[in-house]
Amino acid sequence: MAEDILHEVTQADYKYGFTTDIETDIIPIGLNEEVVRIISAKKNEPEWMLEYRLKAYQHWTTMTMPDWAHLNVPEIDYQSISYYAAPRTNNPKSLDEVDPELLKTFNKLGIPLEEQMALSGIAVDAVMDSVSVKTTFKETLAEKGIIFCSFSEAVEHHPDLIRKYMSSVVPVSDNFYATLNSAVFSDGSFVYIPKGVRCPMELSTYFRINAINTGQFERTLIVADEDSYVSYLEGCTAPSRDENQLHAAIVEIVVMKNAEVKYSTVQNWYPGDKNGKGGVYNFVTKRGICKGENAKLSWTQVETGSAITWKYPSCILLGDNSSAEFYSVAVTNHHQQADTGTKMIHLGRNTRSHILSKGISAGVSNNSYRGLVRVGANADNARNFSQCDSLLLGDKCGAHTFPYMEVNNETAVVEHEATTSKISEDQIFYCNQRGISTEDAVGLIVNGYAKEVLNKLPMEFAVEAQKLLQITLEGSVG
Amino acid sequence: MLEIKNLHASINGKEILKGLNLTVRAGEIHAIMGPNGAGKSTLSSVLTGNPAFEVTHGEVTFLGKDLLELAPEKRANEGIFLSFQYPVEIPGVSMVNFMRTAINEQRKYRGLAPVSATDFLRMMREKKELVEMDNKLTNRSVNEGFSGGEKKRNEIFQMAMLEPKLSILDETDSGLDIDALRIVANGVNKLKSANNASIVITHYQRLLDYIVPDFVHVLYDGRIVKSGDKTLAFELEEKGYDWIKQEVEGK
Ligand SMILES: Nc1ncnc2c1ncn2[C@@H]1O[C@H](COP(=O)(O)OP(=O)(O)O)[C@@H](O)[C@H]1O
Ligand SMILES: [Mg+2]
Repeated sequence: MAEDILHEVTQADYKYGFTTDIETDIIPIGLNEEVVRIISAKKNEPEWMLEYRLKAYQHWTTMTMPDWAHLNVPEIDYQSISYYAAPRTNNPKSLDEVDPELLKTFNKLGIPLEEQMALSGIAVDAVMDSVSVKTTFKETLAEKGIIFCSFSEAVEHHPDLIRKYMSSVVPVSDNFYATLNSAVFSDGSFVYIPKGVRCPMELSTYFRINAINTGQFERTLIVADEDSYVSYLEGCTAPSRDENQLHAAIVEIVVMKNAEVKYSTVQNWYPGDKNGKGGVYNFVTKRGICKGENAKLSWTQVETGSAITWKYPSCILLGDNSSAEFYSVAVTNHHQQADTGTKMIHLGRNTRSHILSKGISAGVSNNSYRGLVRVGANADNARNFSQCDSLLLGDKCGAHTFPYMEVNNETAVVEHEATTSKISEDQIFYCNQRGISTEDAVGLIVNGYAKEVLNKLPMEFAVEAQKLLQITLEGSVG
Repeated sequence: MLEIKNLHASINGKEILKGLNLTVRAGEIHAIMGPNGAGKSTLSSVLTGNPAFEVTHGEVTFLGKDLLELAPEKRANEGIFLSFQYPVEIPGVSMVNFMRTAINEQRKYRGLAPVSATDFLRMMREKKELVEMDNKLTNRSVNEGFSGGEKKRNEIFQMAMLEPKLSILDETDSGLDIDALRIVANGVNKLKSANNASIVITHYQRLLDYIVPDFVHVLYDGRIVKSGDKTLAFELEEKGYDWIKQEVEGK
């Protein structure tokens, strides 16, 4: 195990940067009403879905890119992107029909799609570019009434659930990228956990960008009905390319009375090279609602990838006694930029939220925490505690904290603490003197610093995430 | 074991070591004494490869290898251990994790498989007893919230875990009360063998009541200006360093 880590550490490069050579059905670049119709037609969507998309598209044409984040986002030409790309072998009925190249790709990424080889206790929906390739353990889960399928399938087979919950948390007009997503979204996952059911496996979606000059616009919708529980994990990677690629996703989560959802992300999109060339622009809207009493939502994110990250997994605490957590580790190295945080909107009584953000910056990167805590007038006894820590490796990187508090109820208690620290040369040398190399020392210190968040991840992924942190910070000290 | 010839070293362009010579053979204990600012800690930093210092001249061989060519972690894995004068705190890194990583790096360097969990825990227990270290300290992050004395004891604990061939104790005695001093010295003595050696840097003769040196050297203004047996330490204790100063400058 230590061997593995060392091996990975010595090959400093992004190790998911390969491309899969597969025939791809890709539509010409550009965005207009016709393109929206083409996407809808490719997916055989019902009329209501097309209308939804067109409405979103019309609205999007009136919007402009947000510029309030502490990010330097280059001009993006939305007409130079292709909005749909799919591996040619679509709609396989069984695993035998899935293109072996695709299976190989996901194997290489450590996500075997053969159920007998899968990590025990984890069901996967594998998405390449605009389509879902395969969802494992679908039948096993169906026995409990759990729906776990691609979003496209859900539109076809569960239209009532989709119509009821889609955009109920993130409205179509929410923001520039969310509206764009609503117009052109391709695939993603849908999860429904019925009343009283505890999902027996981890559910996870693995997003892979493969095709060139494309954007990925996936959508995920999770509905946990009363008294249910599910833990869900999202992972993502992309090839190393000199061109920037756009990824604008939406995740919506609905948590009913007494239900609990844990959503974890290990975001490892291609970050660009050491000089800031290439990399994914990750502009994502993630939001959940604790709709009923005692509902519980927890976001855990480990953000190591992407050239630019703009992402604020949030929670609306509507139900009385509901609670939400946000645990985040965001690492930026070289020229990466991240502006990430959360919004906790307390509306119900006795609602609680806990924010723990750990930023790690190295190189010439910029890392910002941006968090809003809002307490509505009726949210008696609302409680929030926020802890935002920044760790700096080197003196050319930036760490910033932007906390916002809007408290409209006197009984609320909102607390915020922030710290900034640095890995010192003395600490590194101390480790060196005990036989530990600088890379390993940084890994030890960073993982120690991020431990509280990493411990929130499902076990199998915590180990992966630890290695990832170390690899991301390769060569950042000394 | 260790051969230092005409060593010159500087920090930020300021020369601190000005032609230092020293030979240490296996089985020996060398005490280095000298006034504040003489360059004692600089010597330990240079021997262990602290990148803040620049070696401008001279050579150092350790067990036949050119020590100055080796990265700090390689020197450590070759068997050089420094008990720091000012051990740093490393928040978030547990002592257990830190020690296991260090042990396994050393084992890997020597072509051995990682230590098993049971062996590791047994080692931890034994060495903790050796330096009478409290369990609660090894459950914490490295040196975090340790008192000055606890930090020093932790250095000796790590030394016991890593079983170095050459240990350099940089003022390990300062800040220790007499009981702690006895425990630390006891630890050092128990680890002593015909195959390893120690360089004990100290201000005070009292440590040398417990760790009896084979040689005592006086480091003054970047050079070893006087060497002798343990009686030299008593002489220094009695007369201070002024006579050394006069001797050196009189020459
Ligand atoms: N980081 C540093 N920058 C500049 N001068 C230093 C630094 N560290 C030590 N020195 C100087 O080097 C000299 C020797 O210091 P040191 O080796 O620590 O002495 P000792 O351990 O014998 O008391 C002193 O004059 C001290 O001021
Ligand atoms: Mg000193």
